[in-house]
Amino acid sequence: MNSRRDFMGMALGGFTALGGIGALYAMKRSWDPLPSVKSAGFTTIDLSGAVENVLNVEKWRGKPIFVLKLAADAPKSPRQITVGGSRYLVVIGLCTHLGCIPSFDIAADNKNKFKCACHGGEYDINAVETFGPPPRPLDIPPFKLSGTSLVLGEEGPEYKKMLASGLTLKV
Amino acid sequence: MAHFDEKAKPFSHQWLNERLAIDTVKKVMSSEYWIPKDINFLWAMGMILAATFGLLVISGIFLLMYYQPDTAKAFDSVNYTIMTEVGYGWLWRHIHGVGASLVFLIIYIHMFTGIYYGSYKRGREMIWLSGMLLFVLFSAEAFSGYMLPWGQMSYWAGMVITNLFGGFTPDLAGGALNFPGFVEWLRGDYVPAQAFLSRFFMLHVFLLPLAIIGVIVLHFATLRIPHVNNQEGAEIDFEESARLYKDGKKKESKVIPFSPVFLSKDVFVMGVYFILFFYLVFFHFDFAMDPVNFDPANGLKTPLHIYPEWYFLWSYEVLRPFSFNIGLVAFAFAQVAFFLLPFLDKSPVVAPASRRGLFHIWFWLMIIDMIVLSVMGKLPPEGAWNIIGFGAAVVFILLFVALPFITKNEKKA
Repeated sequence: MNSRRDFMGMALGGFTALGGIGALYAMKRSWDPLPSVKSAGFTTIDLSGAVENVLNVEKWRGKPIFVLKLAADAPKSPRQITVGGSRYLVVIGLCTHLGCIPSFDIAADNKNKFKCACHGGEYDINAVETFGPPPRPLDIPPFKLSGTSLVLGEEGPEYKKMLASGLTLKV
Repeated sequence: MAHFDEKAKPFSHQWLNERLAIDTVKKVMSSEYWIPKDINFLWAMGMILAATFGLLVISGIFLLMYYQPDTAKAFDSVNYTIMTEVGYGWLWRHIHGVGASLVFLIIYIHMFTGIYYGSYKRGREMIWLSGMLLFVLFSAEAFSGYMLPWGQMSYWAGMVITNLFGGFTPDLAGGALNFPGFVEWLRGDYVPAQAFLSRFFMLHVFLLPLAIIGVIVLHFATLRIPHVNNQEGAEIDFEESARLYKDGKKKESKVIPFSPVFLSKDVFVMGVYFILFFYLVFFHFDFAMDPVNFDPANGLKTPLHIYPEWYFLWSYEVLRPFSFNIGLVAFAFAQVAFFLLPFLDKSPVVAPASRRGLFHIWFWLMIIDMIVLSVMGKLPPEGAWNIIGFGAAVVFILLFVALPFITKNEKKA
């Protein structure tokens, strides 16, 4: 720095940059999801009325939630949730590839599977990927058991255990 | 101080010239903006694009008067209010829909004309780069506009495309390249909803058009000094040719002024184009309107088969046949690959592809491959289509990898 002009240029540049960073931060915050959107993220679903091998689709945070009561002879998996002696599969019904909703195909011998029409991904009865581009099983939403109901959005001990053992990702 | 003639009548030629230098502006911008004679109708695509963009702006203004960016009202405001209630509302919508489709057809012709004649190198790199920037901006404009009718294709295209910004899968690099929060930030919600629709509405009607207009000005400016290329790729002495033209030796001169001489040809080609354009607007507007998008958006039901508009099919198919992470890299590559063209083409030769040996084969392979990719992108991802799509996607990437090698030893024609 060897002249008054250099100093003034740097002072001006510095303050302008500071203002620019502030403005960028404000812009970023304005793009954030609103608190009202964030707080609407809890849903309670009742499992008592579920029928074996019939896929129920519930809605949580605008996303479809697959609720499937498994048949007694269906293969066991740590991804299942046991409520009142019955086993359930509760997953977010969005393909982990790019987010389309897979369809549920009922087949004999517990070969039921989820199939995504968008890019051809397939999942088995426990929503674990078996074919195509999906990088991981369908995600399990955060849940807390409450009698015969599930509260989606809250993290209960069963969900935390699944997270810790890497059975699903935090969504 | 400049000289102002007190006696000049307000707004007379002299009065304006003293204040705005209109004679100089006219010379620089048109009457002495020299265009080579040796060009064909493909050189009119730029003006056709400018005119189509103009039509999109005008039709958009009228759509904007009745469109409602509200998830509960958007679908009806388009399909009921604009289409059935507003006088001639259907006309604006069909011009807007057909225009959005044709603008990409012409962009592709414009791009491949540039590639064929080597108009992206030897001083014309900035023309190419600003043009590619326009392609990206038009793509964003088309995508954001596609969200607005809030039909099933709008919703699910919004879902799929924004998911691409979540980065790689969490198991890669310990999740350092995975940002699911960014997708929610982009949408302003867990899924595409009101916040998403409003912000894409803002992008579509204000920010992106503003950016497009700015880059169009830049694109024109990049053209002014290196000048337009010509059919032979010949280096023209523009000063010499301009002197000949001004001396009345028009036959000997290799150039013509942009206005009115070149523009008259532009206008003729534009006339032919607009016959096609309005034929489609009045009689075949349906090609630009996917029937699936006439179902209102439903977050609990994916359409059976999701595909983008025809102009995005090739890049979609570069993404689709691969596993997630590789697909993402391939897709990102497809988006920027054409930007790299001036730097991947190592040959100094500026000539039509037909005289460039291996490059000629490269050019047609690229066209065929992009057509194959587009066709496969539209077909459902099953059986043989998967294999052909995969092959075409690999060929697309290999063509760019091979370009420096096949152009390196190119002999001067």
